[in-house]
Amino acid sequence: MIEPGTKAPGFTLYNQDGEEVSLSDFAGRKVMLVFYPADFSDVCTDQLSVYQEVLGEIERKGVQLLGVSVDSAATHRAFREKLGLEFPLLADFHPKGEMSAAYGAYLDSIGITNRSLVLIDEQGVVQWVHESPTLNDIPGANLIFDALEEVDAG
Amino acid sequence: MSELSSAAVPPVGTDDHGRGTGIELVVYADLGCPHCAVVWEQIKSLDARIIFRHFPVSNKHPRSPALHAAAEAVAAQEATAPKGAFFEFVDSLFADRGRVDDPHLWERVERLGLDLERFEADRRSEPVAKRVQRDFQSGIRAGVVGTPALFRDGQPANPLKAPPAQG
Repeated sequence: MIEPGTKAPGFTLYNQDGEEVSLSDFAGRKVMLVFYPADFSDVCTDQLSVYQEVLGEIERKGVQLLGVSVDSAATHRAFREKLGLEFPLLADFHPKGEMSAAYGAYLDSIGITNRSLVLIDEQGVVQWVHESPTLNDIPGANLIFDALEEVDAG
Repeated sequence: MSELSSAAVPPVGTDDHGRGTGIELVVYADLGCPHCAVVWEQIKSLDARIIFRHFPVSNKHPRSPALHAAAEAVAAQEATAPKGAFFEFVDSLFADRGRVDDPHLWERVERLGLDLERFEADRRSEPVAKRVQRDFQSGIRAGVVGTPALFRDGQPANPLKAPPAQG
């Protein structure tokens, strides 16, 4: 995974509506990248659903949440609608995994991203990284708030 | 909403909803969640004191907030209601997930011998909303990412897992 202190690699990906989204769009704002393996992967164990429940609190702390997987924009759209998510899902679809690989989050042997969180500060520098030890180990929303506390204190 | 950074599962308190005797098993559950319904049926027969904590995930189960508020409104009448009204209500919500519209809730409330008018007021009240929110926030802080989430002595637990084969 990318190390804290590194300049966050720039990217431009399509969101669920087929619109281009670039990291530079969020200059001056903190960004939390949420890498996850696949849309529609589990029932009732939904990391993104839980993040949605506390999205208001995350955004009140000045953070833009962005989900990233290698699924297509169309799949993201259906998944987002199903879960009622209100934050963007970005499609690292073509070239497959290129953006995730730049962050060290792409599992080349199986063609999906890992489960990880990357906090980028207002100046575009990675400040905090969490990688789940296994794909089944889902990072709770509490980790996002831990990261913000740590970064604000540091 | 208060701060949501990591914190241990709060110890069981006097105003937690508990049923049974034995080792305490804290269950963060979503009343609209089919997985919770299945697991609830299984843990009911465990030799343990089950502690129910609210964890509605509204974007997955849009009816859940209303069901949790309803359950907490039932609890608010327990001082004057037949013993066990809260858990009887929860049992019935999990057992019959297809009948959870308001008329079905009213039917359950009347069957439990509760005050329907008071139920209707309480389920929309701030104290009830705060009580549900308190459990939900404690679950978030403890890292709950799915339901049901079970804890024993503050640690994740899976009492329904088969023990390893002997010999």
